[in-house]
Amino acid sequence: MIMDELFRVKVGLAEMLKGGVIMDVTNAEQARIAEEAGAVAVMALERVPADIRAQGGVARMASIKRIREIMEAVSIPVMAKVRIGHFVEAQILQELGVDFIDESEVLTPADEEHHIDKHQFKVPFVCGARDLGEALRRIGEGAAMIRTKGEAGSGNIVEAVRHLRSVMDAIRRLTVLPKEELMAESKRLGAPYELVCWVAEHGRLPVPNFAAGGIATPADAALCMQLGAEAVFVGSGIFKSEDPARRARAIVKAVTYYNDPRMLLEASEELGEPMRGLDVSRLAKEELLQTRGW
Amino acid sequence: MRIGVLAVQGDFAAHGRVLKQLGVSWCEVRHPEQLREISGLILPGGESTTMLKFLLEEGFWEPLQELAHRGGAFLGTCAGAILLAREVTNPRQPSLGLMDISVERNAYGRQINSFVDRVLSPVFGPPPLEMVYIRAPIITRVGPGVEVLAEHGGYPVLVQQGRCLAATFHPELTDDRRIHTRFLQLAEAASAR
Repeated sequence: MIMDELFRVKVGLAEMLKGGVIMDVTNAEQARIAEEAGAVAVMALERVPADIRAQGGVARMASIKRIREIMEAVSIPVMAKVRIGHFVEAQILQELGVDFIDESEVLTPADEEHHIDKHQFKVPFVCGARDLGEALRRIGEGAAMIRTKGEAGSGNIVEAVRHLRSVMDAIRRLTVLPKEELMAESKRLGAPYELVCWVAEHGRLPVPNFAAGGIATPADAALCMQLGAEAVFVGSGIFKSEDPARRARAIVKAVTYYNDPRMLLEASEELGEPMRGLDVSRLAKEELLQTRGW
Repeated sequence: MRIGVLAVQGDFAAHGRVLKQLGVSWCEVRHPEQLREISGLILPGGESTTMLKFLLEEGFWEPLQELAHRGGAFLGTCAGAILLAREVTNPRQPSLGLMDISVERNAYGRQINSFVDRVLSPVFGPPPLEMVYIRAPIITRVGPGVEVLAEHGGYPVLVQQGRCLAATFHPELTDDRRIHTRFLQLAEAASAR
């Protein structure tokens, strides 16, 4: 696999975010609340996924003014989303100087067959994945971090759990397969052979593996960590809740102490109301965001 | 001898892999009382604002000063170096003050300005140290008791004061073990006391 200096620097930033919480924010004030609560990075957005879902229409890269306002408000890394396959939005965000780009299924895809060739960029990319094949295809294209897709804006952890388990199970399976079966496995996964061999040898993804999509409580965040995620993204879960500052702090604490029930109890106390949440199994197929991306 | 790696956030696992490779007994530190059992602590890379929050809120401040007072060794990389400094700017934030250095956060710019470079250290000699800089800070001032072990672009990037080592880059993300080995020697001296 490509492990040149540029790629190492990209993966390096992802390494620094491990054990942390990346929070969706839509303005400078929310960004400051997130930083104050201990977020390791913020995701600058026009609308959080729950609102994108409710309002419909085409969801695009956030306005430059908004992203810049957020970049000026905080000292932690700032991420922003581009539509799947929209490499020009990515060129613009790189020029703006955002620290990480999320090629995200939460926005309306710009290309229904191809993702961005992320090796062409100096700025690192994170991409969503539902299974190991998808994760390795994105890494093959140059993603420096993988996150589960989950079901963004749902406030329901079930899909993130499904995707995490699917990726982790497939990794474990690869580690016990004999070498001669890896080519057929690569074909089955739809993933590059070299990456399949790398995972089989090392027993993990070659880039950090984070959780996202539906995390609403400290317990949700710790669940993802115990299932093998190395950090979490929280989208609508914070600023759609009753007391965002407090919930943000509690989720940060829950990620650090994910294996410590006493600390998790502390983090879970007196939080106010979480976001309302959706039953994903009742969503119509065309309402699902996770099926975007190929 | 036992080494602790502060594991409230950041690339603590990368440091852990290095220690494991070097055959050292180590533990992830998430609670201040764990500091009593170790003779050296690594403060990893990550977000200094996040780590600082845990240090302040979970009662780490005094126990860390105590570890320093009883001669414990420290290695801070990037964010860890920021936490060890006496003074931090861009923006100003509290720090442990265990080393007489001033540090400016994100001084090279944003992620787009992150880079890898190789520098020959007069102390370590050849081959050059491989240095991975990620949204790195710059050491803008060193006090009289601080030894500069390596420089890059005219700034100190690896410094030592007593049993404290600080690097603005990430030795844990390379295969060069000389900086960790030096830290372990300092910790060894601490545990022998």
